[in-house]
Amino acid sequence: MRLFFKRRRDKIQTQQVVWEEQLTSIRPVTCSVCKGESPASEWHMGGQVCPRCGWHAPIGAYYRLSLILDPGSFRELDADLLPADPLDFPGYQNKLTRTETATGMQEAAVSAVGEIDGNRAVFAVLDSSFLMGSMGTAVGEKITRATEYAEKKKLPLVIFAASGGARMQEGILSLMQMAKTASAIQRFQSAGGLYISCLTHPTTGGVTASFASLGDIMLAEPGALIGFAGPRVIEQTIHEKLPAGFQRAEYLLEHGFLDQVVPRSQLRGVLCQLLALHGKGGR
Amino acid sequence: MSTFTPEQKVKLARFPGRPGTADYIANLFTDFFEQRGDRQCRDDSSVLGGIARFHGRPVTVVGHRKGRTLQEKLKYNFGMPGPEGYRKAQRLMKQAEKFGRPIITFIDTPGAYPGKEAEERGQGEAIAQSLALMSSLTVPIIAIVTGEGNSGGALALGVANRVLMLEHAVYSVLSPEGFASILWKDSSRSGEACAVMKLTAQDLRRIGVVQGVLREPEGGAHTDPEAVYRTVDAALVKELNALSRLDGKALVQQRYQLFRAMGNNLPPARKEVI
Ligand SMILES: [Zn+2]
Repeated sequence: MRLFFKRRRDKIQTQQVVWEEQLTSIRPVTCSVCKGESPASEWHMGGQVCPRCGWHAPIGAYYRLSLILDPGSFRELDADLLPADPLDFPGYQNKLTRTETATGMQEAAVSAVGEIDGNRAVFAVLDSSFLMGSMGTAVGEKITRATEYAEKKKLPLVIFAASGGARMQEGILSLMQMAKTASAIQRFQSAGGLYISCLTHPTTGGVTASFASLGDIMLAEPGALIGFAGPRVIEQTIHEKLPAGFQRAEYLLEHGFLDQVVPRSQLRGVLCQLLALHGKGGR
Repeated sequence: MSTFTPEQKVKLARFPGRPGTADYIANLFTDFFEQRGDRQCRDDSSVLGGIARFHGRPVTVVGHRKGRTLQEKLKYNFGMPGPEGYRKAQRLMKQAEKFGRPIITFIDTPGAYPGKEAEERGQGEAIAQSLALMSSLTVPIIAIVTGEGNSGGALALGVANRVLMLEHAVYSVLSPEGFASILWKDSSRSGEACAVMKLTAQDLRRIGVVQGVLREPEGGAHTDPEAVYRTVDAALVKELNALSRLDGKALVQQRYQLFRAMGNNLPPARKEVI
């Protein structure tokens, strides 16, 4: 981690460091799924995967990148892109400020250029700790710019999705980010660009229904909830309980919507293999 | 100028007597040939589409279909498509491109259907593919929001060169009920949601999401459908003529720029405080 961020000391005061402090503590961490307790150091070793049940806990965007990128290869793109309040939505500015203070992040997306075992690519990661990773105008713009950058530089594109869907407070303009990002991905792919989409817990709503589902290669982490409508809405609509495992990564794999479910510990290796198989991957 | 509140407009937009896609097809087009099925697993009748002539010129027309009577509504699933509906629309639109037909879409849906089978068959993937496909087509696309346009289920027919809206139609990220439920955990506050969502045609014209607002008769479209058909017809003729001057590449580029510009008016970078 320290090595990874050596070029960006300013990022050190962010959530990832809070993570780091928690990790080095000897305090046991309780799994939100199996309720089992394991030492923080064991969680850390597995990249925040429960040592008992294998639950892949959601992780921050910078932390995610630190797990897969070559040390020192990280260069953030559009770091200064800030959220807007285009509809003058009551209370939204305050909410953004509070969230920024709490998470150390300015928006729910981080984009960067980096390398995996020397394979250069553009990366974008959504962070579900920031307003549930919801897509407003700034997130849509960041994804679009990252895609356009990858097209311009003829680099492959890797996006990690984690989102509750559209950002309600930015209303219709959030919805339009679906069209904007999907159009950019389409353009990038028709120019020969390789797009690897990795779905992480949870990926729902407008993000599922736009760029996240359009990967040339579709990956997901084990146990991730992935869908368009949320399970609660579906249960209210059809008036029945959904079966166990519904909308989980393994279920999507079975129904033909994923190439593979990849455990976090193997992600770097799989991405490395895929990038190498595609050569430059951006033609 | 109308004096309806946003909440009243939502009611008007949902009024069953309001002209729907089937009415527009019957009154604005000739020689309509309905095309059914997604060629993969079924025909989703909440999406109505086919080939027709518009002022003599072959076009492809696709829209959400809600139905008016309870029986019709059940049959058309209240205008809420599953993935098969969007895949049918994609099939028709690809064919339109192949044969050089302009595409006209009518948007009127409470949203994509949140059901078990819909998820199983990839509701999100189907909508995403529709967005990507529409962005790439080399023929003119005109979308008209005629009633309520909610969520990705509406947008999946909305990636057009021109997006027009009837005066009292509404278009939003989610239904006001769903919006209130997500934001305030209370769907009964939908009236309040209508007031802050900026979902009216007038608001959307102002923020650049729609490019034209089509006048309705006083009291709403259902009071004089014939007048609405004339208005929509005239608007389509005008827009189609304008778009027909562009070649395929220019159409794709214009459509890309239209959506590329939405919501990129972000604040200037602030000095990072460490
Ligand atoms: Zn566990």
